[in-house]
Amino acid sequence: MGSPVNRYIARSPDVAARRIGGELMIMSGRDSSLFSLNETAAALWDAADGTTPLAGIVEREICPRFDVEPAEALADAEALASELASHGILVFSEAPIPR
Amino acid sequence: MNAPFDTCVRVGGVGVGLSTSSDAFAGILAKRFAGFMEPAGEADYLFDVEVVEARDDASDEDVRVWREEGLWRIERGDFRAVLDPRTRRGRIRQHANPYSVDSLLRIVHTIALADEGGFLLHAASVVRGGRAQVFTGASGAGKTTLSRLAPPDTHVLTDEISYLRREDTGYVAYGTPFSGELGVPGANVSAPLAAIHLLAQGPENRVEDVAPAAAARAILGNVLFFAEDAMLVRRVFAAVLDAVERVPVRCLTFVPDESVWEVL
Repeated sequence: MGSPVNRYIARSPDVAARRIGGELMIMSGRDSSLFSLNETAAALWDAADGTTPLAGIVEREICPRFDVEPAEALADAEALASELASHGILVFSEAPIPR
Repeated sequence: MNAPFDTCVRVGGVGVGLSTSSDAFAGILAKRFAGFMEPAGEADYLFDVEVVEARDDASDEDVRVWREEGLWRIERGDFRAVLDPRTRRGRIRQHANPYSVDSLLRIVHTIALADEGGFLLHAASVVRGGRAQVFTGASGAGKTTLSRLAPPDTHVLTDEISYLRREDTGYVAYGTPFSGELGVPGANVSAPLAAIHLLAQGPENRVEDVAPAAAARAILGNVLFFAEDAMLVRRVFAAVLDAVERVPVRCLTFVPDESVWEVL
C-alpha cells in the first residue's frame, strides 16, 4: 500500500465571501449561486491557504474542534472539498496551489 | 434623415443619455419615462440608439450581460448594446419597443450602481412621513397590492424595481420609472431608507425582525442582477451585505387590505 496522496485546497479568487450573523456566506462569481457554509465547511474555508495539506488542516482544525476520528474526518473533508470545488468555491488539487 | 432627439433619463441621480433619429422611439421615451427626463447635456452615460425592425418573439429570449475586452456587452433578442465603462459612452441597437429600452436601462443601472454601493431590488417602495419603506418579494408576493393600498399621504416610488444606494448619511431609496402591474412610473422623489420588508401574505398583519443571514439570503435572491462577471458579483454581494448590516430587515406578514398600513 502506497503512502496517501496529499491534497491541497485554496479559496477561489472568483467568489465573494463574508460572515454575517455568525454564518459564512459565499457567492460564486461564475454564476451568482449563493452558499451558506456550516461550521465544518467554514473551518475548511478559513484554513484553505493552498499550501497546507488537507490532512494537516483536518488534524489541526477539524478533529480537535468537532471531536471526530482523523480517518473519518479526512474522508468527509475530501468529499466536502470536492463538492465545493465543483461549484467553483474552492480549488482542490494534488499539488500546492500558488497564490 | 430626422434631427437627432437627445434626452437624458435620470434615475437615482444617474443620468443615462439617449440619442436617436427615430421620431417613433422619441415618442416612446417621452411616454415611458415621463417625470424622469431632462436635457441630454446632464447625462452621466451616453448612448447612440439605432432603431431596427422588430421580431415578435425576440423579448422572450434570455438576456446576457458580460464584459469583453473592457467593454460591457448586453444582448437579448430585441436589443444589443455595448458600453465602454471608461468613457461611459455606448451604442444600442434595438426594436422600437418600450420594454426593450426599459430593460436596457435597468441593466445599465445595475452596472452603474454597483460601483457606488447600491443595488436594484425586485421590490415596491414608498415614502411616508419623510422615510422610505421597501417591500421585496417574488412575483405574486404583493408588491403591487401594497402599492395600490398605500394611503393618500404616501408617495409610491415604484411597485416593481426599487433603487437603493448608499450615501454619506445612510441608505436612500429613489423613485424609478420601472413599473410592474401598476403600469405607471413611480414618483421621482427620494428619502432615507427606514426598513426593508420581506413580504409574506397571511391571516393577520404582523412585523417580525429577520436574522441578518436570513435577511441577506432573501435580499440577494431578489436583487436585479444579470452580469456574468466576478467583479460585479463581488460588488453587488458587498453592497447587499453592507445594507443588511445597517438597515433593519423585517418580515411583513399581511392581509391584502388597507389595514396593513396600520402596522407599518
